[in-house]
Amino acid sequence: MAATSQISPQSYNYDIVKKFTIMALVWGVLGMFTGLYIALELAWPIFNFNTPEITFGRLRPVHTTLVIFGFGGSALFATSYYIVQRTCQVRLWGELMPTYTFWGWQLAVGSAAVSYMLGYTQAREYAEMVWPIDILIALTWVAYLVIYVQTLRRRSQPHIYVANWFFIAFILATAILHIVNNMAMPIGLFSLSSYSLQAGVQDAMTQWWYGHNAVGFFLTAAFLGMMYYFVPKQAGRPVYSYRLSIIHFWALIFLYMWVGAHHLHWTALPDWTSTLAATFSILLLLPSWGGMINGIMTLSGAWDRLRSDPVVRFLIVALAFYGMSTFEGPLMSLKSVNALSHYTDWTIGHVHSGALGWVAMITFGSFYHLIPRLWETTMYSTRLINTHFYLAVVGIILYISALWVAGIGQGLMWRAFDEYGNLAYTFIESVERLHLPYIMRALGGLLFVLGIFVMTYNVYMTIRKAKNEKAEFEAKIADKMATAQ
Amino acid sequence: MKHETIETNAGWLIALTLVVISIGGLAEIVPLYFLDDTVEEVKVNGIETVRPYTPLEVRGRDIYMREGCYLCHSQMIRPFRDEALRYGHYSLAAESKFDHPFQWGSKRTGPDLARVGQKYTNQWHVQHLVEPRSVVRGSIMPNYPWLLENKLKYKDIAARMKALKIVGVPYSETKAEYDNNVKRFGKDVAVFLDINQAEANLINQAITNNYDGDKTNVTEMDAMVAYLQVLGTMVDFKKFDDGHFSTFR
Repeated sequence: MAATSQISPQSYNYDIVKKFTIMALVWGVLGMFTGLYIALELAWPIFNFNTPEITFGRLRPVHTTLVIFGFGGSALFATSYYIVQRTCQVRLWGELMPTYTFWGWQLAVGSAAVSYMLGYTQAREYAEMVWPIDILIALTWVAYLVIYVQTLRRRSQPHIYVANWFFIAFILATAILHIVNNMAMPIGLFSLSSYSLQAGVQDAMTQWWYGHNAVGFFLTAAFLGMMYYFVPKQAGRPVYSYRLSIIHFWALIFLYMWVGAHHLHWTALPDWTSTLAATFSILLLLPSWGGMINGIMTLSGAWDRLRSDPVVRFLIVALAFYGMSTFEGPLMSLKSVNALSHYTDWTIGHVHSGALGWVAMITFGSFYHLIPRLWETTMYSTRLINTHFYLAVVGIILYISALWVAGIGQGLMWRAFDEYGNLAYTFIESVERLHLPYIMRALGGLLFVLGIFVMTYNVYMTIRKAKNEKAEFEAKIADKMATAQ
Repeated sequence: MKHETIETNAGWLIALTLVVISIGGLAEIVPLYFLDDTVEEVKVNGIETVRPYTPLEVRGRDIYMREGCYLCHSQMIRPFRDEALRYGHYSLAAESKFDHPFQWGSKRTGPDLARVGQKYTNQWHVQHLVEPRSVVRGSIMPNYPWLLENKLKYKDIAARMKALKIVGVPYSETKAEYDNNVKRFGKDVAVFLDINQAEANLINQAITNNYDGDKTNVTEMDAMVAYLQVLGTMVDFKKFDDGHFSTFR
């Protein structure tokens, strides 16, 4: 990062960053609440209320879309627009285009959620949006790429800072994945229905190449970009190892693209493909931990900050969960482990240790750093940041432990035999056993949702405080001017 | 080349990133179209037994997707002893070759459905879909009473089959295509794959089989049960030697 600043904060485009930040919180609250609701539906099916729009099958994509694309996506737009300006020391390129990416993205997320509830879906996990929304997303994404590259090209610094490499890889990969995976034939120009271009085995491979790289690039590479800016900034220390960041960047983006087929172990996908995927999944442990180590070690020499600074605590716990879930992932991609874990709640628990522990926690930490700077004030309450932290951590731990119990237990019950070699349990017995773990999971989810409510309140009060301070300041200036005359 | 060159040049950074992220997908997806063993050939007496869905089954599958069934039910049996006992023969690639999109699923909150066809009566399915807990106590599946109430929309069935034809499903529009289907799938099946007869075939199948227990109208339940009843029934494993299909794995 540059030592000397050529540009005053006033000339950055903070307006677009603010908008995306606020929408990230709005979608976060809605999406996590939906998650809590469908967790309750699994514990007590009465919550489906015989109402098509809110049955589990229609709300689950609402939950995943709102948290991944609404919360995660808006947070990435916000932080990447902030980081690219700060690290390039130049104003974001374009005026209308960034505004277009904002409205395009919000419209895509909102209309996707409504359309699933009405029953319009492509029935592809994490790519359920119908084709007109897919086109809107593609157009928005191209605008995002253009803005990003144009801003990079105008930078007043010779080097492109490492966070931007991750953002560039994320933008390019997401464009490729989104376009290839959503190729489909609409049944008519005025119909929302379509059928996918590919079928069966090839379609499954493409979908999970997309599905796992939504994790790899959207939820990992991009959030590493976030980490590479906000961790050093908040810690007040440079990145631990520049060399490590180079090696783990190239290894990470190369290896991730191979591993999608570990979602298809033991299926009708040929063995060679899933073996390749398993092999690359194990290798992926190295660059993943490279990133984790680089992040955590950035704090080396300033460990006391963990005690005094709740924002640092968010960032470091996020990295710890990142390390844990990128260890669990390769473990689950081993064919023998996968035979047990696949199709069970263990997978759901694994996803949430990444999504809550890593993605959401690094976002919360980054936002607590970012928001006071955007609105030029301090956070309304540090105590509430602490409260949020403990609610979130306890929530995650409850959530993932409940689903370890549920998933491993269910997997073992399915494959248990009695002394005559018959199946020991019926399927429904394995479902009934999940009742308690499902309640515990919902409780964990509730704590996490309470956490983001606390944060939203804290942010709301911070923005209000900033407005008051600004009004007071202006009144003072006006006063001084008056007396001077 | 020094890494510094990449770090100071956005063009290099973008170009190299594109190369590095393209390799994995290309290496794993493209060969699946060219390796013959990927999708098995399933023929009995020269006739292909894995066939495209009938118009009614197509609509049933649409509803299956609309309700998000794939989020709790897999359609992919793995080659394990417990799964063989619980669900039947492991799934073949050929069995989903006309599935646009595939519905293998990733989670079994409920049991696998790859071979649920013909395991239960139509009446059981209707009762179970309307009120799952009335037949399986302890089930956590939502009730789907509206399937029985909603009239099936089928005016666009020909457009749907035409779209499927464009992505590769062998439905017929011309006489030549129909004749080819007779050769591939036999005459009884070929009739149902004729787009020109789609609407008549759909109504005919629903009324004849009376899936929902009401002959007077065609409901979404008719389509849904018709789809569930065909799942996993297209390959008759008794007609093949033990281990025949394992040669493809």
